[in-house]
Amino acid sequence: MALLEVDDIHTYYGNIEALKGVSLTVEEGEIVTLIGSNGAGKSTTLRSISGLTPPREGSIRFDGDDIAGVAPQDIVRKGISQAPEGRHVFPRLTVRENLDMGAYLRRDDHSEDMERVYDLFPRLKERERQKAGTMSGGEQQMLAIGRALMAQPKLLLLDEPSMGIAPILVDRIYETIKQINQQGTTILLVEQSAHHALDASQRGYVLATGQVALADDSDALRQNEDVRKAYLGA
Amino acid sequence: MEAASIAAKPVSRRPGEVVRDLLSRFGLIAFLLAMPVYIAVKDLSSGEGITPLLNLLVLGISNGAIWALIAVGYTLVYGIIELINFAHGDNFMLGTFTAFALFGTLGLTVATGPLGLVAGLLVCMLAAMAVCSTTNVMIERVAYRPLRNAPRLAPLITAVGFSFILQNVGILWFGSSQFSIPNLIESQHVLIDVGGVKVRNGDVLAVAVTVPLVLLLTQFIGRSRIGKAMRATAQDPEAARLMGINVDTTISFTFLLGGLAAGAAAVIYALYQTTLWYFAGFQAGLIAFTAAVMGGIGNLQGAVLGGLIIGVIQNISDDRIAAKWTPAVVFAYLIVIMVFRPQGLLGEETREAG
Repeated sequence: MALLEVDDIHTYYGNIEALKGVSLTVEEGEIVTLIGSNGAGKSTTLRSISGLTPPREGSIRFDGDDIAGVAPQDIVRKGISQAPEGRHVFPRLTVRENLDMGAYLRRDDHSEDMERVYDLFPRLKERERQKAGTMSGGEQQMLAIGRALMAQPKLLLLDEPSMGIAPILVDRIYETIKQINQQGTTILLVEQSAHHALDASQRGYVLATGQVALADDSDALRQNEDVRKAYLGA
Repeated sequence: MEAASIAAKPVSRRPGEVVRDLLSRFGLIAFLLAMPVYIAVKDLSSGEGITPLLNLLVLGISNGAIWALIAVGYTLVYGIIELINFAHGDNFMLGTFTAFALFGTLGLTVATGPLGLVAGLLVCMLAAMAVCSTTNVMIERVAYRPLRNAPRLAPLITAVGFSFILQNVGILWFGSSQFSIPNLIESQHVLIDVGGVKVRNGDVLAVAVTVPLVLLLTQFIGRSRIGKAMRATAQDPEAARLMGINVDTTISFTFLLGGLAAGAAAVIYALYQTTLWYFAGFQAGLIAFTAAVMGGIGNLQGAVLGGLIIGVIQNISDDRIAAKWTPAVVFAYLIVIMVFRPQGLLGEETREAG
């Protein structure tokens, strides 16, 4: 049984149907990516899994439990955390306080996880006492990922980790994403720039207008003529 | 790069720039100090000395302490959901009525001994705090939470609606005229007199309740788990939910804290003013809201600073200009401060601004 099974979910914003029956699975230990153009429903899929915009129809099973319609805090408790699109760090909290917020639901000592995050992103250690809002986009992205890791997730959702970040930093961030995965965290990754995402992942789904248009191994998707034209600029 | 180029040419600053720099840094402080300094100089030169001004400052600080406690409720709520809780002042009024009702129930009179009085007033304060916080949480649940995703105007108008409803509850309870209540603590009795500077019972009570409460509140919000959840929710509610924070509970809790402060303020106000009125909450609420905006809405220290400044301006204006001009003077100050510092004296940039 897969760690995450999303089955035919329909999610609405008011009366607008943003997801028109999305299904996907993520196996334990994988990196899976969702690619697609703006407005295809990539972020909405992640928001549905996290419980921010619960689907009106369909089911989401995580680790054996149905989590569609469960409150966001209970979904975090079950082991799914997210680094959202646009990073959404707490601008007037320090780096350290942001990481503390990531461990909000944990009552145990989380200093080891903080050390782990600082090992993954040494830059964050240097900026420990700096207000998150004053950092560069790349640093904020590191913080958003690190913050999500503080919850000790089984499944990490990453929404557009490369958005608005200098290319050299994107390479670094993707190296770290692979490292996080090798340390045992399953990852579902949303990207508009498909190069990095397909490179890092084992499998991928192409979303178009709220539906899965294509699903395959990432290598196969990279060779796919339509994907190359539409998302890889080839 | 940029920093280096700026640092490289400090010599070439023209006098105009220096003046502008000084004005932008200290202009508002100078503006705020102008009236008290003018009065001090005038009094000193006419031989009256500094005592009259110091007496006004004492009164202003104790009045301001009450405004500050009410302002805390406006600023916490605005900080977290960007809503002006118009019913807050009227909720405070219900607190004053609760305290007065309990004076009768507990048999507190001017003849009650000091021990009984302290115990009784403590009960009154806890009861008023309980009533105000329960009402506040209830209002949020009924009139604001269902409108969380509605256009901004919707919760604003339900807030105004609740303001009127609470006023009517006040009228039903103790009628529509002002009424006097027993002066339990002899609030005008001079407790300390240092060379003509008089500190009265009421002044001591106001400061003795406000200072520890505000310090406690600041520590609580800064250190506690739910306090951190409040700050996180205020800065980015959606990210807060992704951290596993129950945003609804956190918002309810914020209303609870605001209600507690309003309840405490209500008891001080009742004992200090000894005259109550169903409309007093609306007036006090308006002043406290002004204090919160002046200090920088969303900022706890700002609310306290704004309350104290308004208290001092009111007392100076009452005494040296005329009581009927006081509202105009207070709001003239507000307007000048807003024009030059729209985010308020201690305000930070808001969520929308980044």
